[in-house]
Amino acid sequence: MTDAYVVGIDMIKFGRFPDRTVPEIGSEAALLALADCGLKIQDMEALYCGNLGQANAMVGQRILQEIGQTGIPVVNCANACATGATAFREGWMSIKAGVYDTVLCVGVEQMGKGLLGGAGGGSGIPKEGLLGSGTMPAVFAEAGQEHASKYGTTFEQFAKVSVKNHHHSTLNPKAMYQIETPLETVMNAEMIAYPNTKLMCSVNVDGSAAAVLCSEKKVRELGLMGRAVKVSASVMTSDPWQERDLVMPDVNSCTRQAAAKAFEMAGVGASDVDLVELHDCFATAEILHYENLSLCGEGEAGHMIDSGDSALGGRCPVNVSGGLLSKGHPLGATGIANIYEVSTHLRGEAGKRQVEGAKVGMTHVIGLGSACAIHVLEKVS
Amino acid sequence: MSEENAARPLPVVPYLKLPEDGDPYIEGQKCSECSAIYLGERGGCSKCGARGTLQATKLSNRGKLHVFSIVHRSFPGIEVPYVSAIVDLDGGGTVKGNLINIEPDPEKIQFGMPVEVVYADALGRKDKDGNSYISYFFQPAS
Ligand SMILES: [Zn+2]
Repeated sequence: MTDAYVVGIDMIKFGRFPDRTVPEIGSEAALLALADCGLKIQDMEALYCGNLGQANAMVGQRILQEIGQTGIPVVNCANACATGATAFREGWMSIKAGVYDTVLCVGVEQMGKGLLGGAGGGSGIPKEGLLGSGTMPAVFAEAGQEHASKYGTTFEQFAKVSVKNHHHSTLNPKAMYQIETPLETVMNAEMIAYPNTKLMCSVNVDGSAAAVLCSEKKVRELGLMGRAVKVSASVMTSDPWQERDLVMPDVNSCTRQAAAKAFEMAGVGASDVDLVELHDCFATAEILHYENLSLCGEGEAGHMIDSGDSALGGRCPVNVSGGLLSKGHPLGATGIANIYEVSTHLRGEAGKRQVEGAKVGMTHVIGLGSACAIHVLEKVS
Repeated sequence: MSEENAARPLPVVPYLKLPEDGDPYIEGQKCSECSAIYLGERGGCSKCGARGTLQATKLSNRGKLHVFSIVHRSFPGIEVPYVSAIVDLDGGGTVKGNLINIEPDPEKIQFGMPVEVVYADALGRKDKDGNSYISYFFQPAS
């Protein structure tokens, strides 16, 4: 089976673009990714497009109407917050299967502001605030509180995740925000759902990211191996049964299963990983995933954030892009944007936030419901 | 007929049972193959995949607080703050609801604390036909 490589990848600066259409936003990233490797839409054999908000509206085809209607097959996919990673993985599978040698993957989202989550719905009366809360900040607060219950993790430790990721984003011009948020600022921000304050919730933004994937033969033929990034693992899982499933979505088991498979597929261990972009939809979630991804031992996540191990310059920098907390979280774009971040470090092109000597990186997303996707990327030496 | 409906409150969810001649309770569906417990009726068991093995069972009115969050911002029209709680019932079954009769202060709420299930009017909420509802809540138990 051939190896698959990222040869072109880019994202737009995340922001709010209420006056643009979803295909326009997606096209911009697609053109940037093509320009990154010097290829044209005529060179692409298929398009895999991830978008959630207009999942039934043929976004991929409408992107081609903007950048070149070449008649190639288009697959539109939706998989909650794993949507972009799913589109990327579909492209990866087509290369691995030997069906195509060159494909384009795009993730795009236009969000609007506001609280995400289930309002209860159904018949009768609203259940929100009556049968607990279905808002995302509360759901992830409860997930984080399991860690607090088991290991004594504190509000301050959860808040430090947000301080770190906001700091990282000051070094990333493509992040939504470039603002330092000291610990007191994070802890004293409006409490949304304890222990998540407003600055501990990801930012709803519009954005897009895109990648061009090639087979090994094609990379060599095109002479693009110099800046190519090897996709050494692509894994997805859904959530295995857990006894509290009906009232408490489990983001841990699916991540643990995916991580174990990804390490095996890539033939690397957690200690080989030089940087990680993981799904910090809320500050509480990042703490859980340190352990879920084996970046530290069980119960050591609080220490990992306290010690600076997960900060730029630390043992295993996490979310040096600023993460979903500060770079922003356009649902369908996130899974490719985090592959862009890791690829940029592996290419040594990350500027002020460069993780020195990065050779292996990992990306992780969770779509609640649940879909977990993990990619392991390697520098080509 | 409609006056009769309006007179008798409805259960907030189908798995809350309000017997005419007994106390309210939460009903679980228990798999006879693997003992997994669900809330609400379903065709098969998502733990073991067995079909036709789920049987109605009365869940306990006592349990332990697994985790909680104190919600300060919710959807428009929803009164805050409130404590969103996940409770493991004694004997099995996990239920989510509001924890009441406790200060919404993280210092005052302990993981694992014993709670009991109480039944009361659904915070005055009525449906479009004017029906009242009974809901379940958790409160600290000794
Ligand atoms: Zn079963």
